[in-house]
Amino acid sequence: MLANQIGYYSLILGLLLSVLLCGVSIKDFNNTNKQINQNILSLSFLQLVFVIVSFLSLIISFINSDFSNETVFNNSHTTKPLFYKISGTWGNHEGSLLLWLLVLTLFIFLFLIKSREQPKKYRILTLLFQQIIIIGFFLFVLMTSNPFNYLFPIPNEGLGLNPILQDPALAIHPPILYLGYVGTSIIFSSSLAAVTQNYVSKQWGQHIKKWVLVSWIFLTIGIMLGSIWAYYELGWGGFWFWDPVENVSLMPWLTLTALLHCIAVLERRAALTSWVVILSITTFTLSMCGTFLVRSGILNSVHTFANDPARGIFILIFLFALIVLSLGIFFIFHKENNKNSNDFFWLSRETSILINNWFMMYFLSVVLIGTVYPIFLDVISSEKISVGPPFYQKLIVPFLIPFLLFMSLGPQLKWIKSKIENKNSLIITFIISVMLTFFIIKNLTTDLLFYTVLISAAFFLFFTTLKELFIKKFNNASQTVSHFGFSLLILSILFNNILSSEIITNIKIGERYDYNKGEIFFKKIEERKESNFNSIFAFFEIKDKNGKIIELNPEIRIYNQPVIITSEADIKTTLLEDKFLVMNLVKGNEYFNIRYQVKPFMVWIWISVLLLSLGGLMSLFKRKI
Amino acid sequence: MKNKISLFIVIIFLSFCFVIFYKGLDTPNNYTPKVNEKKNIPTFKVKDFNSNSYINSDKIFEENIFYIVNIWASWCVPCRTEHPLLMQLSKNESIKLIGLNYRDNLDNAKKFIDDFGNPYSRILIDKDGTLGVEFGAYGVPETFLIDKNKDIIKKFVGPINQEIVNEIKLIIK
Amino acid sequence: MKVLKIFIILILVISFSESKSNEVNDVSKNKILKNIRCLICQGQSVYDSESEFASSIKLIVDRKINEGLKEKQIYQFLREKYGDWVIFDPQLSKNTYVLWLLPLLLFLFGGAIIYKKIISNKNNKI
Repeated sequence: MLANQIGYYSLILGLLLSVLLCGVSIKDFNNTNKQINQNILSLSFLQLVFVIVSFLSLIISFINSDFSNETVFNNSHTTKPLFYKISGTWGNHEGSLLLWLLVLTLFIFLFLIKSREQPKKYRILTLLFQQIIIIGFFLFVLMTSNPFNYLFPIPNEGLGLNPILQDPALAIHPPILYLGYVGTSIIFSSSLAAVTQNYVSKQWGQHIKKWVLVSWIFLTIGIMLGSIWAYYELGWGGFWFWDPVENVSLMPWLTLTALLHCIAVLERRAALTSWVVILSITTFTLSMCGTFLVRSGILNSVHTFANDPARGIFILIFLFALIVLSLGIFFIFHKENNKNSNDFFWLSRETSILINNWFMMYFLSVVLIGTVYPIFLDVISSEKISVGPPFYQKLIVPFLIPFLLFMSLGPQLKWIKSKIENKNSLIITFIISVMLTFFIIKNLTTDLLFYTVLISAAFFLFFTTLKELFIKKFNNASQTVSHFGFSLLILSILFNNILSSEIITNIKIGERYDYNKGEIFFKKIEERKESNFNSIFAFFEIKDKNGKIIELNPEIRIYNQPVIITSEADIKTTLLEDKFLVMNLVKGNEYFNIRYQVKPFMVWIWISVLLLSLGGLMSLFKRKI
Repeated sequence: MKNKISLFIVIIFLSFCFVIFYKGLDTPNNYTPKVNEKKNIPTFKVKDFNSNSYINSDKIFEENIFYIVNIWASWCVPCRTEHPLLMQLSKNESIKLIGLNYRDNLDNAKKFIDDFGNPYSRILIDKDGTLGVEFGAYGVPETFLIDKNKDIIKKFVGPINQEIVNEIKLIIK
Repeated sequence: MKVLKIFIILILVISFSESKSNEVNDVSKNKILKNIRCLICQGQSVYDSESEFASSIKLIVDRKINEGLKEKQIYQFLREKYGDWVIFDPQLSKNTYVLWLLPLLLFLFGGAIIYKKIISNKNNKI
């Protein structure tokens, strides 16, 4: 009860502080002092504290199962384990918006203390733009999605959390993802501020790069966690479904990656200024656009939040207000620095980065158009179509070939003007890649030519980055590690795709099922009781062709609140392959439907994403030394 | 000048997007099927509920009248709410109801008919749900109106209500 | 460079001559099922779902494969029954020209911009 009140009033105080902050900053803007008013820092800190208090009080309501709070009532239950009571806080619409606010206020506060050497007016403007976003979200929370609504009479029991959300990976996925996803707001605000102050320069590039890196790292890991969760909880062994909600997190990642490369050019040459600004604006716009698509319920997706139309309209208007604001500022204030802009030699690092951006924008356009096109078509012609994995694969995969080749060659080039060195060594590496690929996949796939070319390109990148790593050691190691991670990612995904095998069958207890490479034995089941679910715990023995036996224990869980039946896969992970077994009830008889999959190199997909972000992390810390 | 043109284009484009999204909010995101063009009834061979023998689809729809195909199951709760309305429709001379028993246990289905009455002139057994797919059905309950040319002219997903019954009556008049 | 060219040609020749038959059954069936939307589930494919609808569709697809229908024909069959919505792979039609071609046009457009940027520089230097 009390926590509820505290949470609600902290939110209102936070909003008032936003208004106050705007007032104080505007006053301070024309002040001749070199440094910004200390009060601004304190106020920003205070705002952060209020949001934290509000967030904590929601957590406390969840821990205490205080069902006088509507959000808690809708999403929690007394029998839920403590860990999921806490993670339930941000597993719903209202709570996750509080998380938005938390990240927004946290980042602006960190920005203020980390940017002391930057020009004062630029810092104040960044604060102002960020506060506009913050005010928007405060209003959104308070008007349409108040997490502290009262319920009376107070229910005895809550409705419970959807069991597929009761999972450790998914519990930490939102906070990490949001740090990246919402973190892009600070890039948006500061680039607008920089445009207004005509400060899009080398210094600004160096300073903003840190923020781009931070968002990028969190976003990368956040997406990976979501994907891991989908792998063992949601899908039957798949890890990326091209579901709209996944696409929505991928879009800012693509622009952020493009921005990361582009800023390198800005840092060195003070070129591409408009492009950097456009990318910064687009990234956050895409984050907002994603929020709109997911929260308004306009899309048909596995993960859609419960929705109400008022929310959709609010975010839509807010989103377009931000776009108009940023475009207005861009067109009014931005001056292209003509001296440098047309100064690219065709064979140079700059050109290779442009090519990177070119492909990134293409991938973005595929994902964006694929995601929103059904909405457009439906409104214009009332025709419904589905855009799913085949569309994305057909338009993206072939373009990976030139992309990977450029990615292998680009980093070899020097700034400004370059020529290709070590031609012979490159050619040899290339030939080795093609030969290796050819011999590996000769007997594996039907689409030989295409896969040979694609995998060769991936191997080419793999070997060139590997060579870099060993020869040049610490010279630009961060970039090499990331690129190496990317090549490993592509290779793992491709081999995983080609080599995965699967057996689907119905089987009853005590039965053996022979397949051409081994045998599945359904030993027994056990019933187990937990506080929030009952489970049918199965024992399977799987013998592979070498006679090696492994035991797998998939589970069927019957959750009590709400009553939902879920299948929990059991996965044995080794460095080479994952063995994945999931079972299902067959209605009306004693058979169980099982799916047994062998998925090679699964763990390497996650390792390579970690390498990708490790590269980012190295780059982040290199700057500080 | 160039800037102004591009600004103009951007504004037009954004307004367009805004309008689309705004309208998109109103259209429900779950698929509400509709029969755009008339479809012929599928041809199939199926087990009859009472005689337990196989029968061809052209035999089923042989008379020159309207037919209703209603997909139902004893385990389906909404089917119970629409059942009285089907009984009411079955009294109409110019229409015959064909029941499609969907993924059901036969004993339960018999009990259902005994308890609530039988509006169907004929019941077909769709043990595995594949006949439903031939009709383009999603699940139970679902109702199709078939005209004298043996075309499916209406499709109602979910339990029918009095309004739909009135609509059907109007069409068959 | 010459070595490279010969090598590529060699590879092409080998790979074309080695095209071979494949086992169709399960692999292609799963591929088909993954491309069919389970209409009563939120955004899942028939392959990923155990619902009544999905299991009926699985049986139908099985039956159609046994009848000798090709992947495309099965999609066409389902499209006739349920509309375009049921297949995840949008076919090229007047409804989807923009969907398929716009990204490619944007790609060309982007390429043109970069090309112009580099060419204009070349001219300046000369």
